[in-house]
Amino acid sequence: MRKRSQRLWLIGAAALLVTGAGALAVVGLQGAVAFFQSPSDIAAKGASSYHQSIRVGGLIEVGSQKHGDGGKLLTFTITDGKHTVPVVFEGIPPDMVKEGKGVVAEGKFDASGTLVASRVLAKHDENYMPKEAYDALKRASEEEGGDAAYVKEPTT
Amino acid sequence: MIAELGHLLAFLALAAAAGQSVLGLTTGGETVRRLAVASGMFSLLAMITLIICFVRLDFSVALVAENSHTLKPLIYRIAGAWGNHEGSMLLWCLVMAGYGAAAGLFMQPGKLRDRAIGVQGLLTTASFAYLLFVSSPFTRLIDAPFDGGGMNPLLQDPAVALHPPMLYLGYVGMSFVFSLAASGLINGQIDREWAKRTRPWALFAWSALTIGIALGAIWAYYELGWGGWWFWDPVENASFMPWLVGAALIHSLIVTEKRGGMSAWTVFLAVLAFVLALLGTFLVRSGVMTSVHAFATDPTRGIVLLVGLGLAGGAALALFAWRAPTLKPGPEFDPVSREGALVLNNLFLSVAAALVLVGTVTPMILQWLGDTGMISSEAASLSIGEPYFQLTLAPMVAILLLFMPLAQAATWRKAEVSPLMKWLAPAAVAAVVAALVAMAMGGWGLWLGFGVLVGVWVVFGVGFDVMRRVGPGGAGRFFRMPLTVWGMAIAHLGIGIFVIGATVETATRTERTFPLKPGEIAEMGGWTYEFLGVSPVDGPNYTALRADIKVTHGGSTEIIQPETRSFPVARTSTTEVAIRKTLTGDVYVALGDQVRDVPGSWRIRIAQHPLIDWVFGGAGLIAIGGFLSLAARVRRRSPAHAADTEATTGQGPAVPASTPA
Repeated sequence: MRKRSQRLWLIGAAALLVTGAGALAVVGLQGAVAFFQSPSDIAAKGASSYHQSIRVGGLIEVGSQKHGDGGKLLTFTITDGKHTVPVVFEGIPPDMVKEGKGVVAEGKFDASGTLVASRVLAKHDENYMPKEAYDALKRASEEEGGDAAYVKEPTT
Repeated sequence: MIAELGHLLAFLALAAAAGQSVLGLTTGGETVRRLAVASGMFSLLAMITLIICFVRLDFSVALVAENSHTLKPLIYRIAGAWGNHEGSMLLWCLVMAGYGAAAGLFMQPGKLRDRAIGVQGLLTTASFAYLLFVSSPFTRLIDAPFDGGGMNPLLQDPAVALHPPMLYLGYVGMSFVFSLAASGLINGQIDREWAKRTRPWALFAWSALTIGIALGAIWAYYELGWGGWWFWDPVENASFMPWLVGAALIHSLIVTEKRGGMSAWTVFLAVLAFVLALLGTFLVRSGVMTSVHAFATDPTRGIVLLVGLGLAGGAALALFAWRAPTLKPGPEFDPVSREGALVLNNLFLSVAAALVLVGTVTPMILQWLGDTGMISSEAASLSIGEPYFQLTLAPMVAILLLFMPLAQAATWRKAEVSPLMKWLAPAAVAAVVAALVAMAMGGWGLWLGFGVLVGVWVVFGVGFDVMRRVGPGGAGRFFRMPLTVWGMAIAHLGIGIFVIGATVETATRTERTFPLKPGEIAEMGGWTYEFLGVSPVDGPNYTALRADIKVTHGGSTEIIQPETRSFPVARTSTTEVAIRKTLTGDVYVALGDQVRDVPGSWRIRIAQHPLIDWVFGGAGLIAIGGFLSLAARVRRRSPAHAADTEATTGQGPAVPASTPA
């Protein structure tokens, strides 16, 4: 095989592969990402307007954690100081998911406007608030009527 | 005094590394070697002094005060030395200097060695400068506290104590592969001899990286308490990208070593693996993202790291752009040949690395654009998770692995596919049958069938390839197979086993939460779990609640004891799951909290993880294969084993033995 045709098939194979991978990446980025929303964003648009999976961040409202269905489900509400979002999660969340602490829940809304979380994230130690939770609190407090007491720098 | 001694030793290591880089890049010679070994020794002693500070709980050292505690067990006092930012940077410096020292001890004298040690010296000097001037582990406190702040309880675990040293051997090991590439480029000598002398280092670094990543996954599996082992978290991706490029590199080095081809590409991969390792360090350490690895975020640290990344990466790529055109292309080959197969391997692995890169940095770039106000904050905050990586990587990996058994058997220059059919047809039949069986048992999931098909095809492909190589000679020849063939076969077998384990585990794992009162029984998947109650237990630096659960399956009964531990010093609690191993997978039980409003009832999560050991075992086999391949190369140095040189050529036309070592 001549040098030139060797180079040609190499370039051809690489081009084919890169095109395929690029197409996959575009499809993947369009369909498989979850956008982050704060409780205020959701209150403004209405829970029924979300069809994709989203991430909601904020603090777990003190006094809101309950066990449903005889203990199988965990329910709580996420607050950004202005608005709240009810969340239900089946299972045992990470150790640091506690009332008054920062949290991010990922999932879809059911018909009643409750976020059915497939994942609940918190950080691995005490002195941390997920960035998305912090941003939600900050955004809400910058608008008028927000509760400024919620905002403190993430102490990482 | 001991902390000051450590500080002094670190400065000595810095000075030796600086000398090593100047002499290595100019005159060369024996002094370079001695300086490299000295730098390594000083670094080791500095690390030992830091460990002594941690073991003796010297709270006048700021780092010890922040991260240790009198109640902490000895092993975690030792591991605590690198379980924080400053200490882990010292470990980084030690590994970097250690590679220079190892090169001084084990490489043959010559320009390649001296200049590689010189470049390594530059990197070591920069690392020590960063350590000493930006994040010194030996800083003293004026008022020593009575007790320390303790260590993140999640990190008090055997797997995660070993995870950083192994990961660094791999991650930082890429720096020495890079140094060898830079040395070769400066010398204008990127040839078969260069590849032959570089490959052992690449194999070692890559195999260590494999173990380091696997240890992290094992830790995530049992310590985080949710039973996952890979989350496509940016921290994980940061180590996965150099792994993919490293895998491409150890394959392209074969072509350069045996055929003298692909030399420019091989050097490019060596540079890229190192740049990605640096990028990973930047992502993990700068506070760009938050994770258990971002011990403490500090903007100046991030900027210093970014500048270092830019300088090292830019210099490397500039050197490459300057010298690459002088590299000679290798001999011609047919698309259907071992070279062609290895080119395909490299294309797929590099594209896979690029897809991981896109998925990892896109959210960070958008976040940054949002913070600067260029796009709306809503568009800026997206997260890319498993669906993206599964969709993009699964086809890449699948096609790559479908070709693997063919590639293994291909000969250099030009290969014939038709003679392989009698060996591969049974493998194809086995793969299809296994996929159908798995789907019938696991609920007809497409991913499941697809993954099992690919995995079984690879496993049988490796098996038939070994049989073909052994030929009719039987068992005697089997045990006399060269080490390189063993290395390849075991690593490839590991890939197949990993793929089967990973898809079966992900597709068929089951988990449920049961609220149980003492005496109540839960049933799941043919197992019964009787909850006997919860009792308090005291540990060395924690208090725990321990549940007793009687597990019954097929006549055998056992008590397992999951715990929740609460660490008063760190004001944190952790979940210690109880795992019962079986031949077909793990039963995994975690104790949750008490059900509110129902006294005496506890939330208990029970999960089944089929074939989970195949995931970790497969990764272990991959690393063992890498180390065997390395051993073959080290052994071959002695003339008695020169015959091994033919090993990887299989049944191809004999390739002239490369220049004797």
